[in-house]
Amino acid sequence: MGPFLLAALVPLNHPDHYFQWHFLEISAANAIVIVLMVVTFIAALLLPFPGRRGRKGNP
Amino acid sequence: MSSQVDRQWTTRLRRRSFGRLPPEKMLPDTQPSYVASWIYVFGVATISALVVVIATGCVLAIFGPEWWHVSNIGHFVNSLHLWSVEIFFFCMVIHLWGKYFMAAWRGGRAMTWITGMVLFLASVVTALTGYVSQTNFDSQWISTQAKDAVNASGGGAFFNLLNPGQMLMWHIVLLPLVLVALVAAHVIMVRIKGVVPPFEDDSVAATRAADVESTGAPQ
Repeated sequence: MGPFLLAALVPLNHPDHYFQWHFLEISAANAIVIVLMVVTFIAALLLPFPGRRGRKGNP
Repeated sequence: MSSQVDRQWTTRLRRRSFGRLPPEKMLPDTQPSYVASWIYVFGVATISALVVVIATGCVLAIFGPEWWHVSNIGHFVNSLHLWSVEIFFFCMVIHLWGKYFMAAWRGGRAMTWITGMVLFLASVVTALTGYVSQTNFDSQWISTQAKDAVNASGGGAFFNLLNPGQMLMWHIVLLPLVLVALVAAHVIMVRIKGVVPPFEDDSVAATRAADVESTGAPQ
């Protein structure tokens, strides 16, 4: 049941979607991963690290 | 007798190793406050993902292609292997971006940066040999497309993407050894040289060093 439910939610049995701009071409899947990496990178820079404020400096 | 002991390669290697990397530096109790950053979490997550990649790869090696193509548990382990590779690259690229903008090669840390970069490039080759070792139509397509690039570079003479046996051996023996050795070298370099300080700390340290040089005493 599980795999069928997942297959219904994310249908993968079709050719990839591609974005094209002049000579640049990228699949939707790869574009999504790159966007996720950029978003995660920005979050890693901006989000406070837990316990950093109370940490003693030891450089 | 003691001079004879001093000349032994084991004695010299031990003294040199412990001199450069004493145990308290290899496994330190504390770290500078600027190490509390998500960028290093992604570095450690990369190594954790690599552990899962190697463990699931060992299971795939035990049971073989028919198992991972046909059985449900084989599909599951095959998927674990693929997705841990995805997480491995995802975390490594974020760690790499962070270290690039920190200019992490500062302060004599060039080898730390270089081992990380070579690790990234070696990982790409390992992933390519993995894709062409799947034993399916996808691997046939990728190998026939990628062979032209390798042949154009002159590497095709000894690295033949259309030879599945050779690609599998590179993927499961040679390249994992290279990756583990590079990870070990990278971590050891981080321990020897320490984590790169932020830019302001670096400039303060440089000013202090210049003051000491000009006046002979710290300001």
